[in-house]
Amino acid sequence: MINRRDFLKNTAIGIAGITLPLAAFEIIRPEKILANMSGTSKTRWVFLVDTYKCVGCGLCVKACKNENEIPYDANVTRTWVERYVITKDGKLHADTPKGARDGFTTSRIELGQGKYEEIRDEDIIKAFFVPKLCNQCENPPCVQVCPVGATYQVPDGVVLVDRKWCIGCGYCIMGCPYGVRFFHPKYHTAEKCNFCYHRITKGLKTACVSACPFGARQIGNLKDPGDPVTKVIMTERVGILKEEYGTKPQVFYLGLDREVK
Amino acid sequence: MTHGELWTIKELFVYPNEYIYWSVQIVMYPFMTGLVAGAFVLSSLYHVFGITQLKEMARFALVFSFALLFAAPMPIVLHLQHPLRGINVFMTPHFTSAIAAFGIVFSTYGAIVASELWFLYRKHFVGIALPLKEKQDKTLFEWFKYLVFCALTLGVYDISEESLHRDEKAIKILAGIGIPVACFLHGYAGFIFGSVKANALWMTPLMPVIFIMSAIVSGIALCMLTYIVTMEIRKFLASRRKAADSRYHQSPGEAASAELGVIRITAKYLLFFLIFAISLELLDFVFRGYTAVKSWDVLRSVIYGKDFINIFLLQYTIGNLIPFILFLIPGLTLRRAVVGVILVMFGVFMMRWNVVIGGQAFSLSFAGYMHYHIPVWPHDWETFKEGVMGALAIFIMPFVLFWFISRIFPVFSHEEAHSEKL
Amino acid sequence: MKNHVLRPLYTVIGLVVIVLIVRVFYVPKDFGVHERGYMYGWYRESNIEDWKKFGVKYKFDGDYCSGCHPLNHENIMSSPHAIIPCEDCHGPALGHPDNPAKLAVERSRQHCLRCHARLPYPTSDRANIRGVNPDKHNPDVECVMCHNPHKPSLEGLK
Ligand code: HEC
Ligand code: HEC
Ligand code: HEC
Ligand code: HEC
Repeated sequence: MINRRDFLKNTAIGIAGITLPLAAFEIIRPEKILANMSGTSKTRWVFLVDTYKCVGCGLCVKACKNENEIPYDANVTRTWVERYVITKDGKLHADTPKGARDGFTTSRIELGQGKYEEIRDEDIIKAFFVPKLCNQCENPPCVQVCPVGATYQVPDGVVLVDRKWCIGCGYCIMGCPYGVRFFHPKYHTAEKCNFCYHRITKGLKTACVSACPFGARQIGNLKDPGDPVTKVIMTERVGILKEEYGTKPQVFYLGLDREVK
Repeated sequence: MTHGELWTIKELFVYPNEYIYWSVQIVMYPFMTGLVAGAFVLSSLYHVFGITQLKEMARFALVFSFALLFAAPMPIVLHLQHPLRGINVFMTPHFTSAIAAFGIVFSTYGAIVASELWFLYRKHFVGIALPLKEKQDKTLFEWFKYLVFCALTLGVYDISEESLHRDEKAIKILAGIGIPVACFLHGYAGFIFGSVKANALWMTPLMPVIFIMSAIVSGIALCMLTYIVTMEIRKFLASRRKAADSRYHQSPGEAASAELGVIRITAKYLLFFLIFAISLELLDFVFRGYTAVKSWDVLRSVIYGKDFINIFLLQYTIGNLIPFILFLIPGLTLRRAVVGVILVMFGVFMMRWNVVIGGQAFSLSFAGYMHYHIPVWPHDWETFKEGVMGALAIFIMPFVLFWFISRIFPVFSHEEAHSEKL
Repeated sequence: MKNHVLRPLYTVIGLVVIVLIVRVFYVPKDFGVHERGYMYGWYRESNIEDWKKFGVKYKFDGDYCSGCHPLNHENIMSSPHAIIPCEDCHGPALGHPDNPAKLAVERSRQHCLRCHARLPYPTSDRANIRGVNPDKHNPDVECVMCHNPHKPSLEGLK
C-alpha cells in the first residue's frame, strides 16, 4: 500500500526526473541566432565544437599556449579540455588537470590538493571530453564591467583586451560566467582567448582548430550561409553553455550533456 | 607565477583559470569605504537633523571621515595589477561598469566632505593666516605655514558674524546633500558586487542596501572607538598637566560623564542600524534557501559547511549577537562600549570577508571549491600587498592620516587648539 | 560684497577643468565609441591592428613539409597518423628551416599517451583509439624505440 505522502513524493521525483532531461535539450532555432546578428560587418566569427570527436589529447591546449605566448608552465590557459565521467551510481566526476595541457593519460580523476579518485572502467556509463574556450558572447558581460574600455567587442564579434590600457582590476575576470579570463603572468593584464585574432584575420584557422587531428573544433563565419560551420549550426541540434546568464555565447556544441558545467 | 595561485587551493572540479583574484584588499576596500560613509552619516545626524547630543562627535566624525577618505581608495590601488594606470578610470570612464561610476561618485563625495570641512574651519584658517601675514621676518617654517593656510582660506578673509552664519547654512545644505551621496557611494560598492551576474553569491539586488547598512554600523563603531580612545588619552594628558599646572580647571570626572552621554546616544543609533543590517542579511538567506535555484546546492554547502564558522560564529555570533547584548544591557559603561564597538567592527569586517572571499569559495562550475590562504609574512611585494600586512597597513593608514589632518583641522575645539599651538 | 560660499564650488570646477585638459593630451585620439556602441564598443581602435600584428607561430600546412621531408610525409600519409599535423609532434614551424634550423622532436612516452592511454569512454571517440595501459605496456622505454611514429604499423611487431 502506498500512503499519500509517498505517493506525492514519488510523483514529484518522477516529474522532476522527466523534465530535467527535456530541459537539457534546448533546441536553438536558427532564426533566433540570426536575429541577434546585427551590425555592418560581413563577418561574425563563431565556433563549433563536436564533443563526440574530442579524445582529450590536449594538443589544442598545447598549440594555443605556444601560439599565443602564454607561459607554458603557468597554470592558466586560454582554452582547455574538461573530462566528464558519469558512473552507474549517477555521480559525476569531472576534472581538467592543468587544463589538459598534457592530455588525459590516466583514468584517475583529479580532486585537487594532490588527491585522485580511481574510477573502475566497468562503473562508467557515460564519459566524454568537452573543450572550452571564450564564447565571444554577443552580450559579453566582461566588456560591460570594464571600467576603462580596455576590453571591447570588434564588429566581427571577437572580444579583445587592450594590453596597453588594462588597469588590472580583475572585474572582467569576475564578470565572466565561463571562467575564461585570467591575468597574463607576464603582462599582468586581463587575458583571454580571442579566436587567434592574428590568424583568423589572415585567413588562417585558429591554432587549436588546426592542431586538432580529429576535427573536433571548427571556426566559421555565421554571416556566410555557405560556411560549413554555419550550415551545421543552422541545421543540426547544437547547444550552448550557461544560456541562463543571457550572454548569448557564440561557441556551439554538438553532443552537449546536461552534466556539462 | 600566476596571480592568485599563491593563496588559492582548489578542491574538486574548478575551471583552470579560476583563482581567488579578489583577495584581502578587496575585503578592505568596502570595509574602508563603509567606514567613510558611516562616519559621514554620523556627523550629518547633528548638522542636518540637529541631534545636538552628537555635537562633539559630529565635528570629530567629519574630520575622521576625511582621513578615511584618503585611505579608502588605497586597497584598490594596491590591488590593481597596473596601479599607475588607475587614472584611466577618470580618463576614459566606461559607465556601464560599476567601478567607473564609482570614481566619479567618490570624487563628488570627497568634494562635499572637503567643502564642509572648509566652511567649518574657515575661521580657524583665517585666524592663523592673518597674524602670520602681519608678522615680520617669518622663519622658513612660518613661511610654509603661512602659504599653506593662505591657500586653505581660498582667498576669503571675511569672518564677520554674517558670513559665519552663511557658513553654517552651507554646512547644513552640504551635509544634507552628503547623506544621499554617502549612501550612494556605499550602495555603489555594494552594486559592484551585487551586479556580477556570474557570481551566484553576490548577485542580489539587496546587496547595495545591505552594504549601506553595515557601512553605517561600522562607521559609527569606528567613530565611537576613536572618540573614546582620544578622549582617554587627552584625559590622561590633562591629568598630567593638572599635576604640573594647578590652574587647569576641568576635572577628569566631568569630562568622563559628558563623554559617556555621547557614547550612549551614539550606541542607540548603532543598534538601530545593526538591526536593520541583520534583518536584510537574514532576508537574503531565507530567500535563497526558499527559492533554491540552481546555485543553491553549492551555496548551501559553502554557507552551512565550508564557511560555517566564518559566517555563523565569527560574523553573526561574535560580530553581531554579543555586541548586541552588550549594548542592550542597561547602564552602558565605557569599557563595555569599547568591547562592543570592536566586536561590531570585526563583525562588519567578517561580513565583507564572507561576501568577497565567500563569493569566490566555490567554482563557477558549481562542482568545486577554492580555499583562501592569506599570506601572513610577506616575502615580496605581492605577498605584502595581498596579505595580512598589507591589510593592516591599510587599516592603520587613516589613523596616521587623522593625526596629520588634525594638525590642520583641530578636532576638539578651536580655542584649545590655539592654546596648544602657541 | 562677493559671496564666499561658492568658493569651494569654483575650486571643484577648476579641478574638473584640469582633469578635462589632461584628458585631451592623455587619451589617444582613436579612443572612442565604435560600432558596438558605448556598452561593448568603447575602445582604442588601433588596438585591433596591434592584435592583428601579433606573431603567427604555427604554419599548420601539411604540404609545406613534404617538399623537404618527403619520406616522413609519405610514410605518415599511408598510416592512421596521417590525421595528426606534423607540428603537433614537432612544435611551431614558422620560419623553419631558416630559423629554427631544426625542429623539436617530441619523443616522450607522455606525448603518445595523450591519445593512446587506454580510456574506454563510451560516447567519446577516445574509445576507438587503440589504447595501452601505460603502467603495463613496456614501461620505462620510449614508445618510438619500438613503434615508428610516422608509420605506426603493428606488422612485424608481434
Ligand atoms: C625548405 C626545406 C624544409 C622544409 C619545407 C621543412 N624542413 Fe624540416 N628540416 C629541413 C632541414 C634542412 C633540416 C635540418 C636537417 C639536419 O640538420 O639534419 C630540417 C630538420 C627538421 C627536423 C629535425 C630533424 C632532426 O633530425 O632533428 C624536423 C623534426 C623537421 N625538420 C620537421 C619539419 C616539419 C614538421 C616541416 C613542416 C612544417 C618541415 N620540417 C619543413 C628542411 C626543411
Ligand atoms: C605522432 C607524432 C609525429 C607526427 C605527427 C610527425 N612526427 Fe616526425 N617524428 C616524430 C618522432 C617521435 C620522431 C623521432 C623518431 C625517432 O627518434 O625515431 C620524428 C622524427 C622526424 C624527423 C627526423 C628524422 C627522421 O625521419 O627520423 C623528421 C624530419 C620528421 N619527423 C618530420 C615529420 C614530418 C614532415 C611530419 C608531418 C608530415 C611529421 N614528422 C609528423 C613524431 C611525429
Ligand atoms: C593525436 C593522437 C595520437 C597521438 C599523439 C599518437 N597517436 Fe598513434 N594513433 C592515433 C590514431 C587515431 C590511430 C589509429 C586508430 C587506431 O587504429 O587505433 C593510431 C594508431 C597507432 C598505432 C597502431 C597502428 C596500427 O596500424 O594499428 C600505433 C602503434 C601508434 N598509433 C603508436 C603511436 C606512437 C608510438 C605515438 C607517439 C609517437 C602515437 N601513436 C601518438 C592517434 C595518435
Ligand atoms: C618494447 C617495445 C614497445 C614499446 C616501448 C612500446 N610498444 Fe606498443 N607495442 C609493442 C608490440 C610488440 C605491440 C604489438 C603486440 C601487442 O599487441 O601487445 C604493441 C602494440 C601497441 C599498440 C596496439 C595495441 C592493440 O591493442 O592493438 C599500441 C596502440 C601501442 N603499442 C602503443 C604504444 C605506446 C603509446 C607506447 C609508449 C607509451 C608503446 N606502445 C611502447 C611494443 C612496444
